[in-house]
Amino acid sequence: MPEHCIYIARSSAIAARALAGEMMVMNSADSTFFTLNEVATAIFQAADGHTPLREIVRDHVCEQFQVDPEQAQADAEQFVAELSSHGILLVSNQPLAAETP
Amino acid sequence: MSLMTEVGQKAFNLGVPIAVHLDVTYRCNERCVHCYLDHDDHGELTTAEIKDALDQMAEAGVFFLTFSGGEVFLRRDFFEIVEYARRLMFNVKIKTNAVMIHEEEARRIRELGVDTVQISVYSHRPEVHDAITKLPHSFERTIKAIRYLSEQGLRVTIANVLMTANSSDHLGVQKLAAELGVHYTLDPTITPMMDGDTSVLSLRIPGEELPEVFSNPALVGNQEEFCAPPKPPSEEDLEGYSCSAGHSFCYISPYGDVFPCVQFPLPTGNIRQQKFLDIWNFSPQMKEVRSIQAKDLTVCSSCSHVSSCTRCPGLAYMEGSMRGPSTADCEKSFYRTGVPTANMLRQGLSKPRSTVPLIQIRPIAVSA
Repeated sequence: MPEHCIYIARSSAIAARALAGEMMVMNSADSTFFTLNEVATAIFQAADGHTPLREIVRDHVCEQFQVDPEQAQADAEQFVAELSSHGILLVSNQPLAAETP
Repeated sequence: MSLMTEVGQKAFNLGVPIAVHLDVTYRCNERCVHCYLDHDDHGELTTAEIKDALDQMAEAGVFFLTFSGGEVFLRRDFFEIVEYARRLMFNVKIKTNAVMIHEEEARRIRELGVDTVQISVYSHRPEVHDAITKLPHSFERTIKAIRYLSEQGLRVTIANVLMTANSSDHLGVQKLAAELGVHYTLDPTITPMMDGDTSVLSLRIPGEELPEVFSNPALVGNQEEFCAPPKPPSEEDLEGYSCSAGHSFCYISPYGDVFPCVQFPLPTGNIRQQKFLDIWNFSPQMKEVRSIQAKDLTVCSSCSHVSSCTRCPGLAYMEGSMRGPSTADCEKSFYRTGVPTANMLRQGLSKPRSTVPLIQIRPIAVSA
């Protein structure tokens, strides 16, 4: 899938809350529990289904955390793939409708 | 340390109310013989008030939210409340007797992404269960609901409150839970009624029967370790706190009263009068609860069980002092290990008293 057309949205099956800058995320379907660091939290919070991942990385990661764009993009894609495999993020090459319970 | 424990400890250290138990009603369609609640409606929070409270709790950092009662499904707006909570991304657990859950309700619960449904089952024998709930055919309806929920792939836990009427049935309920493919939890705690009536305490199983429970590895894990004599407390143990009540957990009644725990009837404020976070941060009562360390306990600080006892500060409060002993827990510590507690020794008892006078939760008077 070309990098520029990755769209991500949070699954409606999850619970999430920030605790001291880090996001707690739990998938009710299988009780997997994660805590996301600040960078991952920024991506997770921006996962609205219609902003391309590259834009999220540019606006919410590179600007705020002053990291190399290519490295940040690669790390973001890895992170998205992992959360997607646990059903926490939905990934598509088309914009996604935001899921609500 | 598991990630979940680590997060819980972090919330505790930061004073974040990571978990809240919200009773949405005290009304109920069962009349369980051991229930401590007054089932009349004395002015429950409205749908709008609950939604506002949920907004405030999300803002305050609450993640784990338990909806309980009474019977939650007696509120016609219950699904609306759960849906609102899930949109705010709470991890939601529901405690219910399940008699109003059919296929449609089970499907809706799954769609809403509810984490766990905990259901009270008192016996594997229908006649015993129904005699405790005083609702004919409640066993049949509850078990049917458990099957509907399981078919939806939901996580279900059977909660088995142990009392004299069902004391020999816990193995049967455990087996039933295994057959249904659901989790099982056992609770031997019976608390007095809201009006102060302590007659229900006579339903508590005699302490002498606790060793049988404590010798069941399916319930306690490593039995040898669980029943081992207490280790001398370390400095760290004495600097420690009793539990999460008031530190990272609190309870809200259907009338908006906030307490440190569902089992700790110390009023700290009402969300109809104050913001939730103001009560949590500034209530003198919450602050007092948070200040108590093991070394401050009037009797228990010198008890050999101090580092391993499940002493409940709420039950201690009901006995007269939140810094005092909780006799129900003294009993458990004694029958678990065979080692007398400081509370027993000071009274010259060879075995704990099984019932003590307690006070119980009462609604705070709210001015109009």
